[in-house]
Amino acid sequence: MTAATPARPSAQPVVTAAAAPAAAGPVRLRRATRPVLLATVALAIAIVAGVAVGPAGLSPEQVLAALADRLPWHPHLAVSPLNSAIVWQLRLPRVLLGVLVGSMLAGGGAAYQGIFRNPLADPYLLGVAAGGGLGATIVVVSGGSQALLPPAAFAGAAGAVALTYLLGTSGGRGGDSAAARGGTGSILLAGVAIAAMLTAFQTYLQQQHTQTLSVVYSWILGGLSAATWSQIWLVLPYIVVSAIALLAHRRLLDVLRVGETEAASLGVNVARVRLLVVIAATLGVSAAVAVSGLIGFVGIIVPHAIRLTAGPSYRVLLPVSMIGGAAFLVLADVAARTAQAPAEVPIGVITAVAGAPFFLFVLRSRRAQQDLS
Amino acid sequence: MISFTDLTVRFGAAVALDRVSGTAADGEWLGVIGPNGAGKTTLLNSLARLTSFDGSVGVCGRPAARLGRRELARLIAYVPQRPLLPPDMTAGEYVLLGRNAHIGYLRTESAADHRICAGILARLDLTALAERRLRAMSGGELQRLVLARALAQEAPVLLLDEPTSALDLGRRMDALELIDDVRRERGLTVVSAIHDLTLAGQFADRLMLLAGGRIAAAGPAADVLDGSLLAGHFGAGIQVLRTEAGELAVISRRRRPGMS
Repeated sequence: MTAATPARPSAQPVVTAAAAPAAAGPVRLRRATRPVLLATVALAIAIVAGVAVGPAGLSPEQVLAALADRLPWHPHLAVSPLNSAIVWQLRLPRVLLGVLVGSMLAGGGAAYQGIFRNPLADPYLLGVAAGGGLGATIVVVSGGSQALLPPAAFAGAAGAVALTYLLGTSGGRGGDSAAARGGTGSILLAGVAIAAMLTAFQTYLQQQHTQTLSVVYSWILGGLSAATWSQIWLVLPYIVVSAIALLAHRRLLDVLRVGETEAASLGVNVARVRLLVVIAATLGVSAAVAVSGLIGFVGIIVPHAIRLTAGPSYRVLLPVSMIGGAAFLVLADVAARTAQAPAEVPIGVITAVAGAPFFLFVLRSRRAQQDLS
Repeated sequence: MISFTDLTVRFGAAVALDRVSGTAADGEWLGVIGPNGAGKTTLLNSLARLTSFDGSVGVCGRPAARLGRRELARLIAYVPQRPLLPPDMTAGEYVLLGRNAHIGYLRTESAADHRICAGILARLDLTALAERRLRAMSGGELQRLVLARALAQEAPVLLLDEPTSALDLGRRMDALELIDDVRRERGLTVVSAIHDLTLAGQFADRLMLLAGGRIAAAGPAADVLDGSLLAGHFGAGIQVLRTEAGELAVISRRRRPGMS
C-alpha cells in the first residue's frame, strides 16, 4: 500500500550516510585530558606534602637529601640514618600505600555506581567491609599473628562478595535478558543480607573476646599507619590489575547509562560486564581493605565530587576518580598524622570530616546543572 | 527479514503472548496494532530477546537464539517506547552508543564509527545539536535522536515500540515519514507497534492485529482495518472511513451524542 499511495510523496531527497559529509566533526566525546592533568597535579602536590610533612619535623632540605641519598649517582650528602629511615621506611611507604588504597576505593566506588546505576553505591556495597572485618576479627580473637591479618581480611572480603553474587544471581528465570538473570536489585539486596549476617558474626566474636576489642576496633577504623614496603608489594599486583580492568570497561559503563535493557539491545552482555567489573573491583578493594582496614567515604565522596565537576561520563570519571582518590587519601593521611601530633587521628574521621562538607559544597554549587546518573 | 514462530510469553499465570507467528520480509513494514495489553510490546521485546519466551525467532535466515548479544544487535535495532535518556549526555555521545555492537569488547570508537554517526546526524538534521545535552532537547528532537542511535547500529531490522506516542499530530507524521524514507533508503525491515490506527494503515505494508496475546487478524491494511473487526476489539463506536484519495481513516464515535 505504501508504495502505491499517491497522497504521500517522498518528501526528501535520498541521502545515504555514505554520501553525507564525511567529517567526524560533530560527534565528539568529552576529553579526559584536562581533568586527568588537573587531578595528576593535585596528586603530585599530595605526594610532596605526604613525604615532606610529618611529626618528626624534618626540613625540606633534609627530606630531599634523604631521598637523593638512595639515587644511583648522587652527590655525597650527610644524611643521618634516622632521617633516611623516617623518609624511606615510614613516610614513602605510607604515601604510596595511600595512593594505591585511595585510587582503588574511589575507582571501585565509581565503577559500582555505574554498574549498579545507584548513586549511593560504594566499594563496600557487596559485603567487602563485613567480610573483611570478620576475617580480621577471626585472626585477632584466635591469637593469630599480625602477618595473617591481610590474607584473612582479603579472603573474608572476597568470599563475602562471591557469596552475595551467587545468591543475588541464582533463582532467576531463564532467558538471557538482564532482568531475567537476577537483576542488580537482587544482587544489592543479597549484599545487604550477607553484610548483616557477617557483621552479626563479627560482633558476636568481638563480644566473646572483649580483651581484643581495641585491636579489632582500630583495624576496623582503618588507617595507613602500619604501612610497609612489603605490604605495598603484596597488594600492588591486585590493585594494578583491578585498575586496568576497571578502566578497560569505561566505555561499556557509559553504554549502561541508558539502563540494562537498552544496553542489552545495543549488544552489551550485561551479566558478563557486571560480573567482570565486580570481580575486578572486588580483587582490588579487598586488597586495599586487607592492608588499610575500612576507610569510609572515599569511595562515595570522591567519584561524586568528580562527577559534579568533570561530568558523568565514565571515560573521564573512572581515571580521574582513581587519581583524585589517591590525592584525597594521601592528603587526609597527612592531616591524620599532623592534626594532633604525635598522636594520630583515625583517617576515617578525617575523610568524613573533610570530605563531607567539601562534597556538600560541590553538590550545592553544581546540583542545578548536573545529573547524578 | 525477520520471522517468528509460536511465540509464547507467560508472566506467572498470565499469558501475554499466545503462539504468535508471523514474518516481515526484507524492506517490509509490519505494523502491530491492538488495544492496550494486547501484547504488542511483549512481541517486540521477544523479537529483540529482551524477555524470555517459548518459540523461535529467525533474523536474516539465522536463528536468533544462537546469536550472541553483539551479533543480534548488528541485525536488530530497537527503539523502546520510553527510552532512558541520560540528561547530561550530549546528542553525539548518545548516537555513538549505537555503535557498541561494532566495537570490540574493551575497545573504543574508531574514526569510522564517528564518521557513520556524523552522517546519520546529518541525515536526521541533528548535526547542529550534536554538542547539546539531552536535557535541553525537545520531544521531537529526542525522538529523532533515538532513531539516530538505532540507525547507528546499521542493523537490517528496525523494531519500533510506539515511536511517536509522545509527539503531537504534525510531529507524528514527520517522524513516520522520516522512518519510512530511511527504510526505503536502506532497505530496512520495520516492525512497529503503533497505537494510531489511521497512521498504521498509512505507513505499514501489512498489519497484525493482536488481542489478548493472540493474532486476531493479519494482512493488508484494507483487510485488517475493518470497522466491525476493530469494533470487536477496541469497542463499539469505531468506524473506518475512506477518503477521496482512497486512504483509510479510523475514527471513534462518542457512545452518547454530544451536547451540540
